[in-house]
Amino acid sequence: MAVTRRQFMKVSAAGLAASSVGALGFMEAGEALAAGVRPFKLERATETRNACPYCAVACGVLIYTMGDRSKNARSEIIHIEGDPDHPVNRGTLCPRGAAALDFVRSPNRLKYPMVRKPGSDKFERISWDAAMDRVARLMKEDRDKNFIAKNRDGVTVNRWLTTGFFGTSSQSNEAGYLTYKLVRATGLLGLEDQARI
Amino acid sequence: MTNSWNDIKNTDLVLVMGGNAAEAHPCGFKWVVEAKANNGARLIVVDPRFTRTAAVADVYAPIRPGTDIAFLSGVMRYLLGNNKIHQDYAKAYTNASYLVKAGYKFEDGLFSGFDEARKAYVDRSGWDYEFDEQGMAKVDETLQDPRCVINLLKAHVERYTPEMVERICGTPKDKFLKICEMIGSTSTPDRTMTSMYALGWTQHTTGAQNIRCMAMIQLLLGNMGMPGGGVNALRGHSNVQGITDLALLSTSTPGYLVLPTDKETTYADYMKSRAFKPIRPGQTSFWQNYGKFFVSQQKSFFGAAATKDNDWAYDYLPKFDVGYDTLKIVDMMAAGQMTGLFCQGLNLMMAAPDKTKVQAGLSKLKWLVVIDPLETETARFWENHGEYNNVDPKAIQTEVIVLPTTTFAEEEGSATNSSRVIMWHWKAAEGPGEVRSDMEIMSDLFHRLRTAYAKDGGAFPDPILNLTWNYSNPRSPDAAEVLKEINGFALEDVPDPADPSKLLLRAGQLLPNFGVMRDDGKTSGGCWIYTGVYTEAGNLSMRRDASDPTGKGVYPNWGFAWPANRRVLYNRASADPAGKPWSERKKYMWWNGARWTGPDVPDYAPTLAPDKAVGPFIMNPEGTARLFARTAMPDGPFPEHYEPMDAFIANPLHPKVTTNPVVRVFAADAKAFGKPDKFPIVATSYRLTEHFHYWTKNAHTNAVLQPELFVEMGERLAAAKGVKDGDWVEVTSQRGSIKAKACVTKRLRPIMVDGKPCDVLGIPIHYGFVGLTRKAHPMNVLTPPVGDASVQTPEYKAFLVDVKKTTPPAPSPVVA
Repeated sequence: MAVTRRQFMKVSAAGLAASSVGALGFMEAGEALAAGVRPFKLERATETRNACPYCAVACGVLIYTMGDRSKNARSEIIHIEGDPDHPVNRGTLCPRGAAALDFVRSPNRLKYPMVRKPGSDKFERISWDAAMDRVARLMKEDRDKNFIAKNRDGVTVNRWLTTGFFGTSSQSNEAGYLTYKLVRATGLLGLEDQARI
Repeated sequence: MTNSWNDIKNTDLVLVMGGNAAEAHPCGFKWVVEAKANNGARLIVVDPRFTRTAAVADVYAPIRPGTDIAFLSGVMRYLLGNNKIHQDYAKAYTNASYLVKAGYKFEDGLFSGFDEARKAYVDRSGWDYEFDEQGMAKVDETLQDPRCVINLLKAHVERYTPEMVERICGTPKDKFLKICEMIGSTSTPDRTMTSMYALGWTQHTTGAQNIRCMAMIQLLLGNMGMPGGGVNALRGHSNVQGITDLALLSTSTPGYLVLPTDKETTYADYMKSRAFKPIRPGQTSFWQNYGKFFVSQQKSFFGAAATKDNDWAYDYLPKFDVGYDTLKIVDMMAAGQMTGLFCQGLNLMMAAPDKTKVQAGLSKLKWLVVIDPLETETARFWENHGEYNNVDPKAIQTEVIVLPTTTFAEEEGSATNSSRVIMWHWKAAEGPGEVRSDMEIMSDLFHRLRTAYAKDGGAFPDPILNLTWNYSNPRSPDAAEVLKEINGFALEDVPDPADPSKLLLRAGQLLPNFGVMRDDGKTSGGCWIYTGVYTEAGNLSMRRDASDPTGKGVYPNWGFAWPANRRVLYNRASADPAGKPWSERKKYMWWNGARWTGPDVPDYAPTLAPDKAVGPFIMNPEGTARLFARTAMPDGPFPEHYEPMDAFIANPLHPKVTTNPVVRVFAADAKAFGKPDKFPIVATSYRLTEHFHYWTKNAHTNAVLQPELFVEMGERLAAAKGVKDGDWVEVTSQRGSIKAKACVTKRLRPIMVDGKPCDVLGIPIHYGFVGLTRKAHPMNVLTPPVGDASVQTPEYKAFLVDVKKTTPPAPSPVVA
């Protein structure tokens, strides 16, 4: 008989209530415990395969969310654990990865675009549209003003040096590729990420 | 990594030096434990601190930070002097027998061609082989000629006696010799050693040469391309390998191609120095395909706008005069030469050296855009946090725009681990509030810029107007579509060169491998080394077949390893020149009479017979690996020990050239370096098991486990300074000072260096003034703004400080 991990957990929990506790002579306590055994909460969760966001071992993780992914239903991540099928980590996680849920649910997550105006002592919330419009405008202003089409020898160099871009080694390959494409198309040379530092 | 995490189980000896895998890469380190338990492997740890990796080592030796080249050169001297090298391998597969030009010299700490005024080796013509009339490198198969690479190497490392190693490194001679003996035991064909390193080797002004030393040792031992062998960079971020491959680096383009320089005015000029003609008879010299990869990439970026007539949109790429690396950008910011800066998931205030300089630089920007899922010190650099960040917001005129992003759990796409395996991850939930993914943000920015340039014009709009963005939903591209673009596809029908009546590729077909790429504009492909990850067979990064048919830890159908799904690089070298495995025990890839076979994808033409005598190091035009680097490194064709810029002693080998002579020091930093009379303690930075960089201080569990900044100091130093465990201390360098709790420990013990006691202080990097942990001074207040002569990785791992007992810091005015 093939037993899934979930079935195994279920049987174990029931077995604990019905036999071992009972056998020790704590009948009433055993009954109370049996009544109190709740269905395993991951039973109702959706399982998603992902990778630990921290070091480059990139351990496989399973993310459990409440919600059935139906349209307009908001999923909530309730648990993250090691992926037992992953050839490298085989279900294990280190103290960082084991607490990855606390990163996802950190109280210090940024939730809205914000701006801090020159000389101000606070951030103010703004809309995405206003923020992106401002960013694009600032970029274009500086690029148009300081773009170097030719160097002193008259060689076409088409570079832009007065704005820098630190990208991240934490994004996916696809996001990194789009970042590269756009940033290089502007002629920006000061493009870096954690790989060098 | 040349090999993989799983492959470590095949090793006989693990050398962890320049890393601390048990604490920094715990779930990868289990493969070391596996090798110890089931393969009889032994573990050597060389580290300034007695780490948790050291705690399970068979042999541990201390070393002074920043002296790894002296240690490893001493190892090479031992191997060469005691005939503990794999003779047949070294002779056939390295440039050991090649003759070096008479112009090459090394005297008093300097290689030939040094220009004192420019602090550079301006004439590197001597750093090369003798060539014959056909342009082939001359060799002496008998290895008798004193100008043979192997003889020059012997002469070069002769100075690194065990006594000299002890004098420079502080490593006791008996421990050093024990380690040499263990390493030498892997020179036999049936034994291998693996090298596991991380930032402990890279973050030095001689960083790249540290790693070269190990590559040379592994070549002398015959451990490259072998199961359980290789040189293995453990690496920091979950996708730092992928983002390196995709070239978010100043002078690079994806797939380890390089942007043009000012001197390469046309595409033809650019390709001239990239012809990569073989310099030994019949060699592969795989980079001869450079043009195919470059043109396919330009087609991916610029589509129909990249044509033969416009040199494949060559002028759409910026040319570089110098590298604009992290240190250079910070220096330009501090000099007031920059207008704007983006920090996308990189906390510059914490991550760059010399925090005071970074702070000054950010304050001079007109604008800063921070794209991050978390609160960062960078976004709040203008905020007064008492002595932790003592600034006046009113005086800082930088406009800061913060854009909140998703985390790993809230997006899908692929990432590449340090084993080069590209693996897909799936989205689990929406992010909080109004967060957007990096792909959505870049797409939005692209459309706004393109619209503005189309409408109003501006400086050289062509590359922006013609940039391809052909995704079904251009505002929020599907990651799978982007991965297809990275993989590449045929833009037109491509006839089969062997039989033009047949098609090799039909228009629109995803490329099966980079071997079919073309330099005539008929194929695209954003990053040639990734080609094969998304073919007509589907998205191979999604593969999750956990079977390992040969039991060698290959897992050929789990994800896709670049290049060509190859799990061990240079694996042709696992067989002898005749194509037979060097030993039954280390059998990996071999010639079966018709083709190369074994558990992996051969790193070689699959049907190229051994009698053609083509070398296994196909990326080099000589077909062999280089003990002598030719002109590839700016600081010498052989590694040489130089002191860190904060030098603890005058270099005993050549006191007039104490530090790396070609290190770049910015004019503004002329006085940035400390001397041992004022700063007599050697400091090094490190990471804790419980924290990841500057993120997890925002995560509750991690903040509880390791709640505050401390510095680790030995008992002798603590006693000398009157410091008890838990006391507050002030640590000062030439750059600034921080306060921290003292952790007095037996893990750091004084060593004797050049006749004087040397204390080492360890400082974890994780703490700042934002987060759930207690507020702290970012430790990079202390570190010097200088980098590796080769690649400008900052020298975080060896600098000078002083320490004294102090009072607790005043509470910060900002509580959050």
